[in-house]
Amino acid sequence: MAEFSTSIKDKGEVSIINLKGYLDAHTAPILENNFVDLIDKSRFKIVVDFRDLAYISSAGLGVFMAFIEKVRDGKGDIKLAGMNDKVYNIFDLLGFPLLYEIFNSEDEAIKKFAENR
Amino acid sequence: MKTKTLKVKSKTENLSQIRDFVSSVTSELKIPKDISENIILAVDEACTNIIKHAYNYSPDGEILVKLKPTKTKFVVSIMDNGITFQPDKIPEPDLQKYYRQRRVGGLGIYLMKTLMDEVKYTSKPGQYNEVLLSKNIRVAQSNAR
Repeated sequence: MAEFSTSIKDKGEVSIINLKGYLDAHTAPILENNFVDLIDKSRFKIVVDFRDLAYISSAGLGVFMAFIEKVRDGKGDIKLAGMNDKVYNIFDLLGFPLLYEIFNSEDEAIKKFAENR
Repeated sequence: MKTKTLKVKSKTENLSQIRDFVSSVTSELKIPKDISENIILAVDEACTNIIKHAYNYSPDGEILVKLKPTKTKFVVSIMDNGITFQPDKIPEPDLQKYYRQRRVGGLGIYLMKTLMDEVKYTSKPGQYNEVLLSKNIRVAQSNAR
């Protein structure tokens, strides 16, 4: 079975979801639940850290599409950070850089939220 | 090289086994990592679609993955006995439109077509569906840097 796990930490107003392992159609519901929980708690400023993510398929990318509107309606955003080249390439092929801000590091993404306050 | 075959049930938890199977063969053949990764992702997308659409998440269906490498091409045949899939009815994804409509489907087929050199669907309704994914693997000496 694919190894995938997430961990969530809060830095002030921003919540950071760290992804680890393989994000596919089997493991995507774990990330979906994370977004549902954060949205339930009205934590709309979300950074997703891809540093430890080894693999993503379209089922994983679909999760970001599913929640982005709700998050932006709540005056927040989903900012993406720390992708390796292979993962970034998949996001790029599907045109995600037009819809999402993608940063080199988690810190840069958090900083952007602070600038926009 | 001989054809290698893997038969698994139509469960998403088997996707990692399918990826490992493809990976073991591409590394045995010393196929470059980037090409190998593209093949693995395309096969994952095809099998995910079969689990979702052909078998509608029923875990009892069967998926047969055959790897048929030649000197110039890496061909993957993926067969199922589920509902016939009509890829022509799936439009190319428009992410801006998806954003507005909160749609998330159709990305997989687009990825498969982008990552592979050829994607071909064959269906014998009531018998089987087959998707053939093909990737050119010949290293053109004249183009080598």
